[in-house]
Amino acid sequence: MLQSIEVAPEPRLIPRVVTPRAVTADARETAAHDKPCIVTSHLWAFFGDAPAIKDVSMVVPQQAVTAIIGPSGCGKSTLLRCINRMHETAPNTRVDGQVEILGSAIYGDGTSPIAVRRHVGMVFQRPTPFPTMSVRANVAAGLRADPKSRLAQRNVDEIVEEALHRAGLWEEVKDRLDESAMTLSGGQQQRLCIARALATRPRVLLLDEPTASLDPLSTQKVEELVYDLRETVTVVIVTHNMQQAARVSDRTAFLLAGELIELAPTNALFTAPQDPRTEAYITGRFG
Amino acid sequence: MKTRLARHWISGAMIGLTYLAAVLATLPLLLILAHLLKKGASSLSLSFFTSMPKPVGEAGGGMANAIVGTLILIGIACAIGLPIGIGAGIYLSEKRSTPLAQSVRFLSDVLNGLPSIVMGIFAWKFLVRGYVGHFSALAGGAALGAMMIPLVTRTTEEMLKVVPVSLREAALALGYPRWRTSISIVVRTALAGIATGALVAVARIAGETAPLLFTAFGNQFWSTSLREPIAALPLQIFTYAISAYEEWHAQAWAGALVLISIVLVISLAARFATRSRFGAPVD
Repeated sequence: MLQSIEVAPEPRLIPRVVTPRAVTADARETAAHDKPCIVTSHLWAFFGDAPAIKDVSMVVPQQAVTAIIGPSGCGKSTLLRCINRMHETAPNTRVDGQVEILGSAIYGDGTSPIAVRRHVGMVFQRPTPFPTMSVRANVAAGLRADPKSRLAQRNVDEIVEEALHRAGLWEEVKDRLDESAMTLSGGQQQRLCIARALATRPRVLLLDEPTASLDPLSTQKVEELVYDLRETVTVVIVTHNMQQAARVSDRTAFLLAGELIELAPTNALFTAPQDPRTEAYITGRFG
Repeated sequence: MKTRLARHWISGAMIGLTYLAAVLATLPLLLILAHLLKKGASSLSLSFFTSMPKPVGEAGGGMANAIVGTLILIGIACAIGLPIGIGAGIYLSEKRSTPLAQSVRFLSDVLNGLPSIVMGIFAWKFLVRGYVGHFSALAGGAALGAMMIPLVTRTTEEMLKVVPVSLREAALALGYPRWRTSISIVVRTALAGIATGALVAVARIAGETAPLLFTAFGNQFWSTSLREPIAALPLQIFTYAISAYEEWHAQAWAGALVLISIVLVISLAARFATRSRFGAPVD
């Protein structure tokens, strides 16, 4: 069986030769993961005239966790923010190229960014619970964003409970659903944000360094959660922490100065990187 | 090298100085309140609130018309100043660096520094001489409302600015349209601060006398018509205070006490109405 080759088919990029070892190294790579979920083709993202993402073409498989690693400022977050069209919310930004999610072109004509964001959840570096809302209202916030949706008409309490269960937070907050979300600890707030993102039943969940501001114990909880979520949702996680990438992800992408250097099954990337720059980074020679 | 003892003493002295400064800062307010209570409370009775001014020489009489007039003027001013001010503040925080935002910001700072009597002349020219044709509550309220606009604009903008960008992004990422992000997340989070700013503006204009001199003009009789001259506490206090009659002076003190109380009550009421649902202030 031939593994998907994700890097752009352009010759000037590093030619990726998938060795048989790389395939067998990752036993988790099963047939279900071969179905593409997110496909970017020749994606460029700019701040003003400066490109932050340069010609990235990659395939993210369904129901797997894909980690994006790379040194600070390499464009990891920007790449993530192109997948739910958040990049364009900053002033003077521009995106070229195309991103497809489950076959729909999200930068296509007539596709509204709001509709895209409703199907792609995102969690940020710092917890962002809405301070004026209760725990319950926070989880339901995404449903309320689209009053006409089918989900908003269902029993909201049920959806809230289900989302909190999936985020592993239900037992801790079930008696304080009407308290302010600000009374939760930092780690709980972050899992609340994950629950909020899950409540709208997105197909894709984007995590932008979700544990950067958490203590080790909360980090562990979030990591376990991410690991479990792969069953139901496609996760893309940006992280500074290579150990974290190794722990939670099925596949890892290495980004350097806005270019995708390598994308491979996580085990293969960390044990037998194909590109000398990847090897230099993961062995700690820069970054 | 200072000894530990010296540091200890210097620290103590500095803390003492900050306490002194805090006391000095609140002292004028306390003195004014105490003085007003002493001078005004004796003339204050139920009839002060319910009866009309009496001619010189007659005992009793009140400022019912001026109290109602001031409330009406504050109402008109809020109806003009709050929507424009808050709207402009939201615009400034949403479009921070556009040329229009920069000029609006600059002009509202200029407007803020404009002497209040100039605002009165403006209302006189356009409303008293122009649209209405004579002195009226509308002209007085408009002058006060125009004074409120820059204050409310700038405080609203400042309050919205401190709402973290991450909160706005979180809402956008959930699929909130931009306008809903602004209203139900950003403005909602800053609401207590915006209300405080609005109150500061109300407190500031409630006691203004100069812009009312040739707009609302004052009225010795009962009137609640927006198109007629209307009595106002500051005007009544001014008239009574410069008069030659002892009983009018006492009434002026009582009027001043009522004016301060009105501001206080409005402040407390709005604080109560916009307090965070969860008690603790939003950080």
